[in-house]
Amino acid sequence: MDILIYGTINSIALAIMALGFALVYGISRVPNFAHGALYVVCGFVTWSLLRGLGLNYLVSIILAMIITGVIGALIYQFVLIRVRGMAISEIIASYAIGLAILEGFRWWGFKGMTYTLPVFVEGSINIGDIPVDLHRVVIVGICAAVVAFLWLFTHYTRIGLALRGMAQDERAALMLGIDSDFMAVVAMAFGSMLAGLAAVLLLPLGNIVVEAGYNVLILAIAVCIVGGLGSWMGAVIAAFLIGFAQILTVAYWGAHYQMVVALLAIIFTLILKPSGLFGRQKELEERV
Amino acid sequence: MTIEERRKERLDRGIKVRTDGIYAIMSLRELSYLTVPRLVLIVGLLILPLVMPSMYWQRVISIVCIYSLLALSFDFLAHFLGLVSLGGAFFIGTGGYIAAILNTSFGFPPIFTIPISTLLGAVICTLLLLPCLPLRGVYFAIVTLMYPLVLARIIEALNVLGGTDGIYGVASFANRWIEQYFVILMVLLFLFGMRRLVNLDIGLVFRAVKDNDQAVRASGMSITFYKAIAVFIASAMGCLGGACLVHIYMWSGISQFALDFSIIPIAATVIGGAGTLVGPVLGCFILVPINELLRAFGTFRILIYSLILVAFIILRSEGIMVYGQRKYHQFERWVKI
Repeated sequence: MDILIYGTINSIALAIMALGFALVYGISRVPNFAHGALYVVCGFVTWSLLRGLGLNYLVSIILAMIITGVIGALIYQFVLIRVRGMAISEIIASYAIGLAILEGFRWWGFKGMTYTLPVFVEGSINIGDIPVDLHRVVIVGICAAVVAFLWLFTHYTRIGLALRGMAQDERAALMLGIDSDFMAVVAMAFGSMLAGLAAVLLLPLGNIVVEAGYNVLILAIAVCIVGGLGSWMGAVIAAFLIGFAQILTVAYWGAHYQMVVALLAIIFTLILKPSGLFGRQKELEERV
Repeated sequence: MTIEERRKERLDRGIKVRTDGIYAIMSLRELSYLTVPRLVLIVGLLILPLVMPSMYWQRVISIVCIYSLLALSFDFLAHFLGLVSLGGAFFIGTGGYIAAILNTSFGFPPIFTIPISTLLGAVICTLLLLPCLPLRGVYFAIVTLMYPLVLARIIEALNVLGGTDGIYGVASFANRWIEQYFVILMVLLFLFGMRRLVNLDIGLVFRAVKDNDQAVRASGMSITFYKAIAVFIASAMGCLGGACLVHIYMWSGISQFALDFSIIPIAATVIGGAGTLVGPVLGCFILVPINELLRAFGTFRILIYSLILVAFIILRSEGIMVYGQRKYHQFERWVKI
């Protein structure tokens, strides 16, 4: 029973980490290796606004997410747009930016265990006979709301439809008058805000540490690869697969293996079926 | 509306054209045009340990050479095979651990452990990467990025091979001169060897695999076979570097699977000039000493070289070596259209 509950919560946390990465890759075909860095950026900006400037918690969260979105958009507009389409350069450039941000934070002095965000709601409730923090319940609720919002947004608004059009066929979208560069910037801003959202939701459960950036990146990549790069629904389903696999290994083998599961999932998926469980890429594009 | 219409014209220098063929032996000038750049590199590398002021900087040279081997292997795989391998640390770690085990558990001296771990490590790396070889582009890059991470975590979780402490007490080289000249000679050997290799017939096939693999397959050649050969060569270079590293530091641990060994060679390749094979070595000789000079600033150095890397990728993606070769072989002038 506790495996079921904590597995679900872990899976939803993974899904929210990975959604931003999946969104950016799905729309602009740029693997955003700075995703983990943006996650940490949002955490530290929220902390600075909350503790440094003394703003309201909700206000600082919203401001931090907007700032993260703007940073993401700037990264795309000034760096990634120039290397788009060159697989090597995309990875190297985005990874280098992420590295610069993360190590910059470390150098700046944001390290150690002193940076924490408060939980949204104190206390815990019992589901069945398992105690669960209210904060984790709130996470589940917000994530469900975000997924529903994204679905509605991409199906019923102009920008959302344009984004989906670009994800399906960029050339056709261009012919219909969709500015693909602008849309890619929008997608990157959204993806960064999702990374930020994941940060403000998940960081109150622990400390804000720079290493989290690397782990989030690996987990996001794992989820997206297993689900199929570019497929959002695939990412959500893969998050549940990996999330439960992780909780089960922790329960039966030990916490050391948690990351190994994610890494092995990446390797085996890529070897056996590179397009992932629900990928829509053509086979020939990725393997000979 | 008078926009001056002009463009830059690039022409090969006369001496470049003459030295392409048999006329190169016509006079000393042509001969020196060909040999001086190579001699500068070789002699420069050979006297470098003698002019270094301190033991510390001599040690840096050895590290630079190990990074150069890795950068060479990255450049070879990425720009002649089209396989972007982000797993330099995987090669270093495999070679390093094999050398450490051979030395501490079986008592082999470095003269045996280095060749054995080079070949054995290359075989292991090739076998492990074999299932991933059909992958392309970003998929291969991600899978190779994950290999060193997963190996490090497995060693950590299973607590084998010394666990998080690593393997201590590996024998060092007989003295520091042997250590430095060994790695320098290896860099030179592999540098000129690879330059020769990519111009042989098999090099042509390699480039064909990169440019149009379906054509290679249509010619009745197995793509995976050629990719496996190339990965074997590249991982042999990496494992050699790893084995030397272990004997230099007299220690082997999971930090050899760290991202440093994957990132710095790539940065060096981008800065030095991709696809030139000399460029990555040059890039290492620029980047790694900068890295050492900035060591006092802690993680600030990673910030610095990430930014250098981004700047090079955006603004000068050709790299120093390609730029230099162009200036050496060609002259430029503005012409009116």
